[in-house]
Amino acid sequence: MKLAEESYLTDDFLRQLINVGEVDILVGLPTHNNAKTIRSIVQTIQSGILRGFPRERAVIINADGGSRDGTPELVTGISIDDVRRASNPYALRTLHSISTKYASSPASEVAFRTILAAAELLRAKACVVMSPESANIEPEWLSKLLRPIYRDGFDLVTPTYRRHKLEGLLITNFVYPMTRALYGLRIREAYSQEFGFSGRLGSQFLEQNVWNDGSGETGVDLRFTLAAITGRYRICQSFLGEKDHVERRAADLVPALRQTAGALFSALDPDFPVWSAVAGSETVPTTGSDREVLLAPARVNRKRLREMFSTGVAELESVFQSILSPSTLAELQRIAGTGEEEFHYPAELWVRTVYEFAAAYQKSVISRDHIIQALAPLFRGRVFTFLMENRNASADDVENNIEGLCLEFERLKPYLLQMWKSRE
Amino acid sequence: MREMIISELSQALHELVKGFAHFLPRLIVMLILAFVGWVIAYVAKVVLRSVLRLIKFDRLSENAGASQLLTKAALPSATEMLSRFVFWVVWLGFILLGVSVLGILGLQEQIARFFLFLPRLFVAMFIMFFGLLAASFFSRATLLAAVNANVPSPRVLSLAVRSIIIVFVLSIVFEELGLAEQTMLVAFGIAFGALMFGLAIAFGVGGRGLAQRFLEKRFVRGRKEEKEENEDELSPL
Repeated sequence: MKLAEESYLTDDFLRQLINVGEVDILVGLPTHNNAKTIRSIVQTIQSGILRGFPRERAVIINADGGSRDGTPELVTGISIDDVRRASNPYALRTLHSISTKYASSPASEVAFRTILAAAELLRAKACVVMSPESANIEPEWLSKLLRPIYRDGFDLVTPTYRRHKLEGLLITNFVYPMTRALYGLRIREAYSQEFGFSGRLGSQFLEQNVWNDGSGETGVDLRFTLAAITGRYRICQSFLGEKDHVERRAADLVPALRQTAGALFSALDPDFPVWSAVAGSETVPTTGSDREVLLAPARVNRKRLREMFSTGVAELESVFQSILSPSTLAELQRIAGTGEEEFHYPAELWVRTVYEFAAAYQKSVISRDHIIQALAPLFRGRVFTFLMENRNASADDVENNIEGLCLEFERLKPYLLQMWKSRE
Repeated sequence: MREMIISELSQALHELVKGFAHFLPRLIVMLILAFVGWVIAYVAKVVLRSVLRLIKFDRLSENAGASQLLTKAALPSATEMLSRFVFWVVWLGFILLGVSVLGILGLQEQIARFFLFLPRLFVAMFIMFFGLLAASFFSRATLLAAVNANVPSPRVLSLAVRSIIIVFVLSIVFEELGLAEQTMLVAFGIAFGALMFGLAIAFGVGGRGLAQRFLEKRFVRGRKEEKEENEDELSPL
């Protein structure tokens, strides 16, 4: 047992882990006030383990960020007997559920670190992290995320989902194209709240400096995927089904940008030797579809998106002068002045914007968090164009548009490299 | 009579030569001190300039908004300004030390006061620089938060934050320098009071409707409108 782990794992938690002994499967469940959904999620997890891994030793580790609605008690109090009767009456093993409060306020990186430390101490062979908010989780998700690791020797399994064409636009317009262009692997959901990983990848990531240099404070899930890529671990994707969350919030964009853009930008410097040598991109092994698109009509306030873009470009001019090149800023100002019908934020300009933001982040031209926040209004402009382009598009058309954007990210990669090399 | 005049002249000349002979070593000492001071000041300037370039002080100054002020006043960069400032302070210090060696009455006290003033000057400059840095940081943070929250007139809010911080910093700087302390205290009190009073009137009279809408939204129709607003927004992840 390492001293470093002892310092952030409580004595009571360590005692419970020792009582469990070694396990084959570990399910990590980070929570914070999830009483509404946690009962059905834990039962689904239990059912998934009983059906998919009846002979394996398994444990559910709940890392709680100070819930005040009794979430931890619900996790540990749910009896497995009801699930056992319905799922697999011949399951041989005991399924342990352990809950630990890692802090009085939620911090995803601490929760994940707690889960990784528990996995290392229990010598888990295959681990999976599940979101406490997934409204439509199925027992099969466990097998889909764990089986490639437990049976086929993969180290990381990222999910793919059936999603509405206008959902997850930060993933489709930024995270997926940029990680693909820079790291050379076509991983659809490099940032996800559900994923499987091997014990050895978990242990290797636990030892990385990411916890001490401050870069792991946001977007640790994305940093984990990037660590698997740069460490040349075996990665695959597994189709889970429809992705849905309990609720959507308009104010989520800036925190979402911190977790994705912040994590990706901060990884670029240490990963420079890897991504600078990559050209083009290749697919990763995928079980099932790599993405399915739903086309149901969605209500979106387009006017508000465009207004927030135009206001942002006008009001943040002094901030953008520090981040963007004069030509990019001039082009954005021209677009901001156009009417709704003529408004078009082209893919090439969006890619140049993102790359210039990445370079500015690296140079710390202003506070790094301010750089991330300044990206929000521009992303809204890009979303507006995406909505207009795909208003009546079929699933194939949407896919073609995303593919076109990815190719644009790959084509303009030398522009980023050029800015990176001239930073001194 | 003739001998007497010659004798007086010789004595005066003798006194002059004696006085000059007495003064000359001090003058030489002063000149040596001035020269040594110039060399030390020059070395200090070069070293400081290199260190400031190494730590990218100009970028820090740009972030603080100090560079923009210097550019508008057609002055050199912050690094160059600080280096030159240190050069002159060090050299002037040595010159004054040399002058004190001359033993001219009345100057000693002034020189002592100058040396006592130097630490306060440095502290004031330090407060001014980091005050500008804080004003720039917090005004930009306000601007970004207001833009992303779709709050009306974000630039006015940002400017208000910057102005309040700068007024605070200036009052502290003047107090530190001991310049017109009473005047500054009164001026600060009047300016700050007027600002708060103005804001109170502006919000009370001009923003009555806004306050009403805010309160209604918050306590009467809050949940319904929030839900509608969220329905119009896309989940980014």
